[in-house]
Amino acid sequence: MIEDRPLIYKYLRHDKKFPHVWCGGCGIGILLGSLIRAIDHLGYTKDEVVLVSGIGCSGRLPVYVDFNTLHTTHGRALTFATGVKLAKPELKVIIIMGDGDATAIGGNHFIHAARRNLDLTAIIVNNNIYGMTGGQYSPTTPYGQRATTAVYGSVEHSFNIAQLAVCAGAVFAARGTVYHVRQLDGLIEKALLKNGFSVVEVISQCHTHYGRLNKLGNQIDMMKQQRDSAVPVEKARKMSPEEMEGKFEIGILVDREAPNYLEQYNKVRQKAKNALSLQLTKEEKEESERREALDKQ
Amino acid sequence: MAKKGKHSIAIYQSWCKRCGICAAFCPAQVLAQDEAGNPYLKDPDQCTGCQLCQLRCPDFAINVKSPRKKEDKELGKNGEKVEEGTNA
Amino acid sequence: MHRRKKPEPKAQLMQGNEACAEGALIAGCRFFAGYPITPASEIAEHLSYRLPQVDGTFIQMEDEIASMGAVIGGSLAGVKSMTATSGPGFSLMQENLGFACMAEVPCVVVNVMRGGPSTGLPTNPSQGDVMQARWGTHGDHPIIVLSPSSVMECFTLTVKAFNYSEKYRTPVIFLMDEVVAHMREKVVLPEPNEVTVIDRVKPSVPPEWYLPYEDTSFGVPPMGIFGEGYRYHVTGLVHDIRGFPTLRQDEIEPFLLRLFRKISIHFADIQLVESFHTEDADLVIVAYGCTFRSAHRAMVEARARGLKVGLLKLITIWPFPRRVVEPLTRAKKTLLVPEMNMGQISREVKRVNQGMTTVLTVNKIDGTMITPQEILEKIEEEKK
Repeated sequence: MIEDRPLIYKYLRHDKKFPHVWCGGCGIGILLGSLIRAIDHLGYTKDEVVLVSGIGCSGRLPVYVDFNTLHTTHGRALTFATGVKLAKPELKVIIIMGDGDATAIGGNHFIHAARRNLDLTAIIVNNNIYGMTGGQYSPTTPYGQRATTAVYGSVEHSFNIAQLAVCAGAVFAARGTVYHVRQLDGLIEKALLKNGFSVVEVISQCHTHYGRLNKLGNQIDMMKQQRDSAVPVEKARKMSPEEMEGKFEIGILVDREAPNYLEQYNKVRQKAKNALSLQLTKEEKEESERREALDKQ
Repeated sequence: MAKKGKHSIAIYQSWCKRCGICAAFCPAQVLAQDEAGNPYLKDPDQCTGCQLCQLRCPDFAINVKSPRKKEDKELGKNGEKVEEGTNA
Repeated sequence: MHRRKKPEPKAQLMQGNEACAEGALIAGCRFFAGYPITPASEIAEHLSYRLPQVDGTFIQMEDEIASMGAVIGGSLAGVKSMTATSGPGFSLMQENLGFACMAEVPCVVVNVMRGGPSTGLPTNPSQGDVMQARWGTHGDHPIIVLSPSSVMECFTLTVKAFNYSEKYRTPVIFLMDEVVAHMREKVVLPEPNEVTVIDRVKPSVPPEWYLPYEDTSFGVPPMGIFGEGYRYHVTGLVHDIRGFPTLRQDEIEPFLLRLFRKISIHFADIQLVESFHTEDADLVIVAYGCTFRSAHRAMVEARARGLKVGLLKLITIWPFPRRVVEPLTRAKKTLLVPEMNMGQISREVKRVNQGMTTVLTVNKIDGTMITPQEILEKIEEEKK
């Protein structure tokens, strides 16, 4: 009874080995499920979806799913995605990045992609640390927290990824957690539907490194912390900075309209063609005048 | 396995990494972990079909199948959004 | 499709950079991503004007790293893509250039060489990036590098660069220098139907049979395009024939060897050279890029003085045309390699030579061209 089989089997690559590569209890697997449900619910065909990733734990995600998948260099996923989308606008391009991938090595690409407003959906898995390389501190490691390269505690202040996206001009920016998985499905769906550059920051747990180094417990404890420190955006707006200390808002931070890059570039194409046809008319006119002059001789 | 007409929960042990998320966050305490960490159905009759274990399983190792019958509509009361006529 | 109508093939005065851009358009390039840098900016400027006329896309990215990424993305989505830069930007592109080698993504990277290292000499000519073009990205990989020496060649070789990249699924580096790029010369551009354009081979098997990195007798697997039904995984990791990352020794080596083989079995097609009076010569100048122009003049003057001097122009720099240079060394002809660096190609010539004959060099790194006189002086010194 094929129709009874879980949805996930329709999308996982049958020739890949499972279970997947991530640690037991890692949030990236939960996000993958969320993403697949959102894509399925929106009815995109497998052929029209392009899944692009960078390097890191999150970079391993595309290989498991049966879309057009592209596993790029560290931090550069958005640049490859820009090329794919511009070359074939009918494709639905989704980018999966980690916190270090998107905001450290790829930080410049991230803000410029947001500014440019090409119709892409960036999903950023934020686990506060570089997991794959063994737990070094990332741009989202909170001040004072430990990592293998910050054994005395990080002295840098962290990025708020979703806010960064808002400030850089993303037309849609949201934050969810892997604990609030139903909400996450909805956020990803809305981001995919959005015309323009949309960002979903997904708070996830790295109990293997971040949790262990900072004594935050296992994956279950860390998911409970997500549950306890997440505040819905609407509620957070009414709270004072002191009350928000150690907490973060979840939900849609911004949802606005702006013309996307391709719509704008199509105008450029039209202008270029108009200019060309004017030029051709002028050339033709000159040509016929020249011929007339020759005839007269 | 759950009784006929109830929700059936399948656990694929070969994909399971025993992280315990399914058991820890089951609202009805249907699932539990044995000494080795393997999840098992402690109290399947309590299952409300909310599917949170399935949604939160990072390894796609658990699946909840609910009977698609009209009389099961009241299952929606446990936080599950079920609208009129959607279960047909 | 709108195309500028040209009633008669007519001569026009054109800059090397413009000729390169027009060559790209005629080769079918419809996507350009770049970042401004002298002396390559005119290519971007010209294409920003021309590409939208032909339904192509021009984008100025935030840096050269992003430009190279976008070019690879564009190519994977089925559009011939290129970028253009100079030394400092070329250094930034190396990361993703390696990705293109590994994932076998056709694309053309123009590097208009200026003096280096670092920010170097903006904007004086140099030929200092010959080795960077060959070995700039990490890891063992083959690459094709072409070098033009005239404005017309900027046009014709850009077409060839695209053809090679499509045919062999490899990035091709078009190594121009500031002299050739900014020089204006009379050119007569061919009509589109007079130009041979090669497109990548796409898979013809049913999608479920498609193995994206399968070995073929040609060495180059057909390339599936995103959105055309052939869903596969593209990665910069060493991968198996299905495109999935692998760490198996029995898969790593065959894959990497195929990358080399797909180029090496086609050396005869790829290695372009031009010979002038090499048969009777006892001294042969080996030159490329703008230095060829001085070398040619020096050869003509030397011949006028009764000296038996020949000239070998390297159009393809990498893979180094050993099959042409080696016979010259075996024939005990003295070789003279003038270049605007401290000896990047002469080093290669010496490697091929293996002590069989004398290899002389003229090196200049003061930001000016090597003059015919300087080459001539070296010849006469040798002939004394």
